[in-house]
Amino acid sequence: MDTTTRDGFAAPMGQRRPAMQLSRNRRRGALQGRIVHWLFFACAAMSVITTFGIVASLLSQSLGFFREIPIWDFLFGATWSPILRDAEGNRHYGVLPLVSGTLLVATIAAAVAVPAGLAIAIYLSEYAPDKVRRTIKPVLEVLAGIPTVVYGYFALTFVTPLLQSLPVPYLQENLLVFNALSAGLVMGLMIVPMVSSLSEDAMVAVPRSLRNAAYALGGTRLEVSIRIVVPAAFSGIIASFILAFSRAIGETMLVTLAAGATPRLTFNPVESIQAMTAFIVQLALGETPHGSLEYNTIFAVGLLLFFFTLGMNVLGHFLVRRFREEY
Amino acid sequence: MARAELTALLNPRLAVRKRIGAVAYVIFIAAILLGLAGLAALLLRVLWQGAPWLSLHFLTDYPSRFPEQAGMKSAIFGTIWIMGLTGLFTVPVGVGAAVYLEEYAPKNWFTRIIEVNISNLAGVPSIVYGLLGLAVFVQLLAMGRTVIAGALTMSLLVMPIVIIASREAIRAVPSTYREASYGLGATKFQTVKDVVLPHALPGIMTGTILAMSRAIGEAAPMIAISALVFLTFIPTDPLDEFSVMPIQIYNWVSQPRPEFRGIAAAGIIVLLVVLLSMNAVAIYIRNRTQKRSEE
Amino acid sequence: MTTTEATATDTTLSVTNLDMYYGPFRALRDINLDVARNSVTALIGPSGSGKSTLLRCFNRMNDLIPGARIEGQVLFNGEDIYHPSIDPTEIRLRVGMVFQKPNPFPKSIYDNVAFGLRINGFKGNMDEAVERSLRRAALWDEVKDRLKASGLTLSGGQQQRLCIARAVAVQPDVILMDEPASALDPISTLAIEDLMRELSREYTIIVVTHNMQQAARVSDWTAFMTMGEDRAGYLVEVGGTHQIFTNPRDQRTEGYITGRFG
Repeated sequence: MDTTTRDGFAAPMGQRRPAMQLSRNRRRGALQGRIVHWLFFACAAMSVITTFGIVASLLSQSLGFFREIPIWDFLFGATWSPILRDAEGNRHYGVLPLVSGTLLVATIAAAVAVPAGLAIAIYLSEYAPDKVRRTIKPVLEVLAGIPTVVYGYFALTFVTPLLQSLPVPYLQENLLVFNALSAGLVMGLMIVPMVSSLSEDAMVAVPRSLRNAAYALGGTRLEVSIRIVVPAAFSGIIASFILAFSRAIGETMLVTLAAGATPRLTFNPVESIQAMTAFIVQLALGETPHGSLEYNTIFAVGLLLFFFTLGMNVLGHFLVRRFREEY
Repeated sequence: MARAELTALLNPRLAVRKRIGAVAYVIFIAAILLGLAGLAALLLRVLWQGAPWLSLHFLTDYPSRFPEQAGMKSAIFGTIWIMGLTGLFTVPVGVGAAVYLEEYAPKNWFTRIIEVNISNLAGVPSIVYGLLGLAVFVQLLAMGRTVIAGALTMSLLVMPIVIIASREAIRAVPSTYREASYGLGATKFQTVKDVVLPHALPGIMTGTILAMSRAIGEAAPMIAISALVFLTFIPTDPLDEFSVMPIQIYNWVSQPRPEFRGIAAAGIIVLLVVLLSMNAVAIYIRNRTQKRSEE
Repeated sequence: MTTTEATATDTTLSVTNLDMYYGPFRALRDINLDVARNSVTALIGPSGSGKSTLLRCFNRMNDLIPGARIEGQVLFNGEDIYHPSIDPTEIRLRVGMVFQKPNPFPKSIYDNVAFGLRINGFKGNMDEAVERSLRRAALWDEVKDRLKASGLTLSGGQQQRLCIARAVAVQPDVILMDEPASALDPISTLAIEDLMRELSREYTIIVVTHNMQQAARVSDWTAFMTMGEDRAGYLVEVGGTHQIFTNPRDQRTEGYITGRFG
């Protein structure tokens, strides 16, 4: 189409808009658009590069470790003593004590956070008047925003002495200064908002009509909550447990400060243990020469930690998505 | 069977069920009180132990072996450095990624991978980012244990938060605005720059502040990068060594002398005050924009 | 407004001077209505005239909405269901409800029907009770081979019949139906209408409908509601369905019905 007559007026010759210039502008615009497009794409691709960087750096450094330590010994060895030598002068690289320590603390945390978080979610979603809900939610979410080093301080200087002073002879006699119990309890407090808010999201998404149907059959509020809403939101609730557990496994400062640095294959919560993350910090704090076996050890443990949490997160997000598709 | 017989087979036991309901209600309330009590105990403990050690010199002095002289000046400045650079790196890239995913990305497998990847990155333990930073920035790129290595690591750590929040903010911009802009002959980039981003700005700022408040409390990855916990100078350029507030607190908590527990608590108070003010600003921005959009 | 014909028979529900409020807003004004036992009563009227709100007064579903309250009296078999000593849960057990959109629980067909029985401590044979309810809802033959399948796998019409089976399972006296066929195709609608006729031999049915033909086909009694200037719904006229449709006493009823039929 002739651009000069596009607006329906025949333009005077001198003011005619030259067609060439317009199309050149277009081409410049198109080029600019493409550059911008690629710049934005590069930003988004950064996230993929980050993941690649994580996997590559963990793998490459771990490779140095696994060249010296058979992977089998690492994964299934029951003694972890990568720095100190035993009586025969040997070091041990069996990661099970770190894994058991991590799982012990995370399990105690889950034992606190799962029932408490679910109860809070049910209350907020099914019982609380709007005003109460809008007040309590942000206050509880403060818990999720407190730095973990603060929780470590709290567990070590408050909860452990508190537990030791309880009138429980067993605790009085056996609870160590660094122990899995208080780290786990405090970690439970820390992940409660994660369980409660994700579970609540899942429960709020259950259609009102299902609740109405259950009430119309003579259900009490509790029965409607437990027998209809919770099952209907089940995958979302399970996802909240998994994601919170994964958070507990990856948590670092709390276990470093309060649970100890004694790798030990035990499930006794009053004992001092060492979590995977705490080991990484312990070595990172020391002067560990780059490329040494000790240095590579932390990457091997990091790799294991990464796979642990990745698996749980993938599962958790899968469940959340499946849940969203249901309605 | 007659209706009456069937009805007789029902045993609703309403009184019992109501009592069970009442017990459950008490349990739910107890769970909430447990959470609130935990929070209150933590805050009161920190205040009670830390308040006596708070003073001006605590903010302006360097760390010291002597509790009376210990301060967190180097940690505060380290945190300012790390936060400033982290913001500088994170915001453009994070917002860019969000713009790409919301406005440009085709619906294909690679976009899907990026999205799944971002949500998984948000769940990677922070210490693993520390290892990434240690291997890539400190060693591979030979930056050493410097501010810049710490800030880059921290940027990667909080990037998913910024991306996710920015995407939500961009998604909330009504599509009619975009259509109006295109209708005026604007290019896609002009539409994004002049229409979408200005409207999404409050949401992006809120997300950024929340990301920063996450970053400011992170100790684990910074320990992996900096290792140092006892600095008596403040960083003057990005290639200096550094400490940050949570590392300093960690160091004090793990000191055997009980006085340092109090100093740690004082440090925590400073950290929490900064954190709470950041959150207050975020909430303020959110409320103000909510009000504006309701008008 | 009296209900001369309805009072002639045995009444299940009797409403006297009922006002209903959502917070400060009055949704229903001065409702007086007697509902005859073992019959179908249709509530008709324009949108916003409070038909569903009135329906929900009969099983106290409005209690679930914060700020909702009533003045006046609703008698169920002579008992005041809003008396402080009465538990709404108990009322809902005896006054069942079927909703506008089919809302089966995301559970198996069997568990959907058994739900009400289970929470109410049913001591009889559950399989028999489920089968009986599904037969009564004319659904048994279609689902008897897949009772374990999710209720959500059924078609819309089947889902609604499942909801009816679920409601009849606990043997209520009354079944409230809130536009039960409005979300269904014509064939499913006819099935539901047949079912209502069938069920009315044993149950008192109150149905809200926008569909005049439906009201004319299925109901014995019809109540016409409309909305006042203050947006409060009120009852204009109640009578035998035949009379209401052929010889309404009130101008407004006639206008509405001819408008809707024409």
